[in-house]
Amino acid sequence: MKRFRLPAIAGLSLVLSACGGNPEPLQYGPNPQLPQPHHGLLPNMTIAEPAEWGDQQPTVPQGYAIRAIATDMKIPRQTLLLPNGDILVAEGRGGGAPTLKPKDVIAGHIKAKGTSPVGGGNRLTLLRDADGDGVYEVRTVFAENLNAPYGLALVDGNLYVANQDALVRFEYRDGETQASSPPVTIADLPSAINHHWTKALAASADGQFLFVGIGSNSNITERGMTAEVDRAMVWRVDARTGAHKPYATGLRNPTALAIQPGTDQLWAVVNERDEIGPNLVPDYLTAVREGGFYGWPYSYWGQNVDTRVRPQDPDKVASAITPDYSLGSHVATLGVAFSTPTMGQKFAEGVFVGEHGSWNRADPVGYKVVFVPFRDGRPVGAPVDFVSGFRGSDGKTRGRPVGVTVDPRGALIIADDLSNTIWRVTPDPKP
Amino acid sequence: MAVIVERRYSTVIHPLHAVLLAGTVPLFLGAALSDAAYARTYEIQWNNFASWLIVGGLAFAGMALVLAIIDLCRADRRAAGIVLYAVALLTTWVVGFFNALMHARDAWASMPTGLVLSAIVVVLACVATWFGFCTPRIGGTK
Repeated sequence: MKRFRLPAIAGLSLVLSACGGNPEPLQYGPNPQLPQPHHGLLPNMTIAEPAEWGDQQPTVPQGYAIRAIATDMKIPRQTLLLPNGDILVAEGRGGGAPTLKPKDVIAGHIKAKGTSPVGGGNRLTLLRDADGDGVYEVRTVFAENLNAPYGLALVDGNLYVANQDALVRFEYRDGETQASSPPVTIADLPSAINHHWTKALAASADGQFLFVGIGSNSNITERGMTAEVDRAMVWRVDARTGAHKPYATGLRNPTALAIQPGTDQLWAVVNERDEIGPNLVPDYLTAVREGGFYGWPYSYWGQNVDTRVRPQDPDKVASAITPDYSLGSHVATLGVAFSTPTMGQKFAEGVFVGEHGSWNRADPVGYKVVFVPFRDGRPVGAPVDFVSGFRGSDGKTRGRPVGVTVDPRGALIIADDLSNTIWRVTPDPKP
Repeated sequence: MAVIVERRYSTVIHPLHAVLLAGTVPLFLGAALSDAAYARTYEIQWNNFASWLIVGGLAFAGMALVLAIIDLCRADRRAAGIVLYAVALLTTWVVGFFNALMHARDAWASMPTGLVLSAIVVVLACVATWFGFCTPRIGGTK
């Protein structure tokens, strides 16, 4: 049972102590330092202050170049590389969970200040660079009137799109710039409330199954346990029949999925819970085990019990798997993609992770794309900044990375849903 | 011989002031009972009810506080007990405000401190209402 205390004084002192110059705990890797949970009276918040890019650009490592290949998009989230090199961009803004408590009214208003005012496109846009000069001169609307499309996957001429309420399929023939027929619904996806609305998508190596990431319907069950049926899990959907089963559970918000090349192994980046301190709970990258339970809501980072959940479930806590690799608390991982040797020697083996950036933290983190090096198929060492500068030293935020996709010809595609831009990073051919 | 008659009179609390003040009791009481129901059942909807009832109680108490301050500022309505009443009401509001922040925490994080605070606020609201109604507005000459 939680200790009683005078909330006014304790809460204020917690808020104040968070402003002190305590050294930041080590938060990346397989064994992040986990401080005791804080329950302040007022949440620590630093909301992104949007600004235009102007002449500025995101920062890339030496020997790399970055270019905006499409601007004025309508909330681009995830991208997909098509076999001919074309890029599909899913644009949309979902959700719309009703406000439930007085706090939701206030918090919703504040958080909206850190995002783009543009309406979601609810469409797929196709970008083409026909002559390979790095300029994507063709731009068409591939499909529209979708419902907040997010996850994308292509298997044998079938283009799968995870809308916020359904998994649908388009027929795709190489070279198409526009869908030739309307989408067919494969399976309905859990969409009541949709507190976390994004539906991540990856296809199994053999194309037989589709993995769908479904986020929780709350931060930590504050919308009630019944709202969490079929939430905070990855579904495995049979691509042919649409039948589904929970593949792994307890994943609070699995916002991006990827299959490790050359294997059947599914990986996910997951956004963890808020409001128990600036250094809890780490967002993570993990290989997803079939049938595994990853803690939410009962525990975090393995078996650390979250006392905010009632009723508690010690048996579930005991079964919780510790994730593989922490990326840091509140960084908001929204994209993951496995690299290829064409990305350059230093970035040949590992994953790129798009970090949308924090709000529940006085000192902002994230707002960049990092590279997590792998050796022998497992993450090792510290994450390396690959693209940064989305949040400038002037405190203004010019972009917020979401989905990342590797172009096998040697490029990283980044969707930026604040400046509504698609960025492309390439090893610079010029010395 | 001249007789000086001082005209003193007593008036009751203004009806609007009375409604706002008395309204704080059922609102804060409802919040406390909702907290108790949440603590017994873990049914989250009680937690939502409590959050809004506290906001309602704060709105009523806040408006009553403004009227109390107006009474304090008017010579014809100021009486000895008014200060005590205003202090009791202000205390109710401040503790109620901390209780509202406590209830902004997600799920069980608001408990059990939220329930304890809610109970304290109910007692304070009753005390403030008692003083508010008992204190005559005894004015001097008009």
